Amino acid sequence: MKTESTLEKILASGDLAVTSECGPPRGALPQKVREKAEMLRGYVDGVNVTDNQTAMVRMSSLAACILLKQMGLNPILQMVTRDRNRLAMQSDILGAYAHGIDTMLCLSGDHPHFGDHPMAASVHDIDSIQLIQMVKDMRDEGLFQGGEKIDGPPKMFIGAAANPFADPFELRVARLAKKVKAGVDFIQTQCIYNLDKFEKWMEGVRDRGLHEQVHIMAGITPMKSVGMARYMKNKVPGMDVPDELVKRMGGVPKDKQADEGIKICLETIERLKGVEGVRGFHLMAIEWEHKVPEIMERAGLLPRPTSENLGAENVRGGKP
Amino acid sequence: MITAERKPMEELIQCVKPYRSILLAGCNECVTVCAAGGRKEVGVLASALKMHFMKAGQPLEIQEITLERQCDPEYVEQLVSNIDQVDAVLSMACGCGVQEIARRFHDKPVFPALNTKFMGASERQGVWAERCHGCGDCVLGSTGGICPVARCSKQLFNGPCGGSTNGKCEVDPNVDCAWQLIWDRLKALGLTERYEENLPAKDWRSAGGAGPRRIIREDLAL
Repeated sequence: MKTESTLEKILASGDLAVTSECGPPRGALPQKVREKAEMLRGYVDGVNVTDNQTAMVRMSSLAACILLKQMGLNPILQMVTRDRNRLAMQSDILGAYAHGIDTMLCLSGDHPHFGDHPMAASVHDIDSIQLIQMVKDMRDEGLFQGGEKIDGPPKMFIGAAANPFADPFELRVARLAKKVKAGVDFIQTQCIYNLDKFEKWMEGVRDRGLHEQVHIMAGITPMKSVGMARYMKNKVPGMDVPDELVKRMGGVPKDKQADEGIKICLETIERLKGVEGVRGFHLMAIEWEHKVPEIMERAGLLPRPTSENLGAENVRGGKP
Repeated sequence: MITAERKPMEELIQCVKPYRSILLAGCNECVTVCAAGGRKEVGVLASALKMHFMKAGQPLEIQEITLERQCDPEYVEQLVSNIDQVDAVLSMACGCGVQEIARRFHDKPVFPALNTKFMGASERQGVWAERCHGCGDCVLGSTGGICPVARCSKQLFNGPCGGSTNGKCEVDPNVDCAWQLIWDRLKALGLTERYEENLPAKDWRSAGGAGPRRIIREDLAL
């Protein structure tokens, strides 16, 4: 094991791992973080805490991660290169690890253009691939990016995102290969709606043996309504929602659309369980966290492994 | 070249309002090419300002001059004969020219008539687009001759991001995704394997991170 990360242990055991997401509040109220996170307790193996997602100011990911840690949960620190330079990022990584946060996700972040501070300067001192490399060198070489030695290196389990649906499609596998080369341990993908395209991407991933070098967790977001399906299709860059899906959501009465969205989500999980190289799911139930237990139950992903049955002697080979 | 656009008329009027006579100084280099501050634009702006202040009952005297290069002390020196006759200078050069005048004529107010925009190239008649940030350590050799620093909205050295759609940038559908261009070019060159070489974190000292930059050429020193 490279780290103490629970997520690493579960992925190494061969079980399908499940992570979910907790977006910090647009204010300084800690109970808002706790309420959201509490809904996920016992149902997932790690909780991503987003970093000013969609370029909107929110409580800092690090602060919210600490709140989750104090609750006994496993937060995953998301970090975008948009808002901080390499000094600030490294000091936050040290601080996070000092609080027992051992898993993180390296991202470039949504452009400020999409948020509520479009007038802000983007930092982009380094990009997401360079961030992966930096965190890996901090962990494995015990070195700061500037080359000096770290007194007590942070041992982070390193994640990154991958979008199999963005253009140009033909280099999406190569881009994953770059992240693997930089030292990423696990990947959480963009929300998957176009399963055929995702499977085609996974085929390319397997052809290069990348699925054996990195744990790929499939991104899942249940749709609440046909309006959300249309919004995702038309307004979110790099999102691929097939017409049939929008049609299917629109084909049921309004009060049944949420159920239909959950049904689609469960069908997706079921199909993806059979895709070689998919090692788990990243369930992004955006402002719908209370649905996570139901989805997990119906998807047959419960109970989650506990720290007791994650001991080395219990590590199983292969999939359950 | 350095591109620029003229500031709004109202802003220029406010700048020169306190003065009775100004020197309107154009530049015959980049800003002439991008039709922002050459001889022709100097003439047009002078007429417009004169007309405005005439109508306002506060006539403004304007001397017009267009220097060969306003960023060059040798040419700025030519203003010596005019400078004492005016209250202020309105420069139609890029920011480099404005500052050169300020440096040479220490006690004379100087105002920029242009907003200096970027280093770019002409895409077609009347359209200029950013091409270079002058980062001081050129990577174009690794990126197929397309700059990720100046042309990727997120300045990704290892792009594209997840928002590239149909060859366009997520930030502006009128802007090409730099990494799509890089990929297309690497393909055309038969160099796609180069894409997988991770570009390391940049040393920004060469880009201004170490403070204002200078070039010193001992071989050219007099």
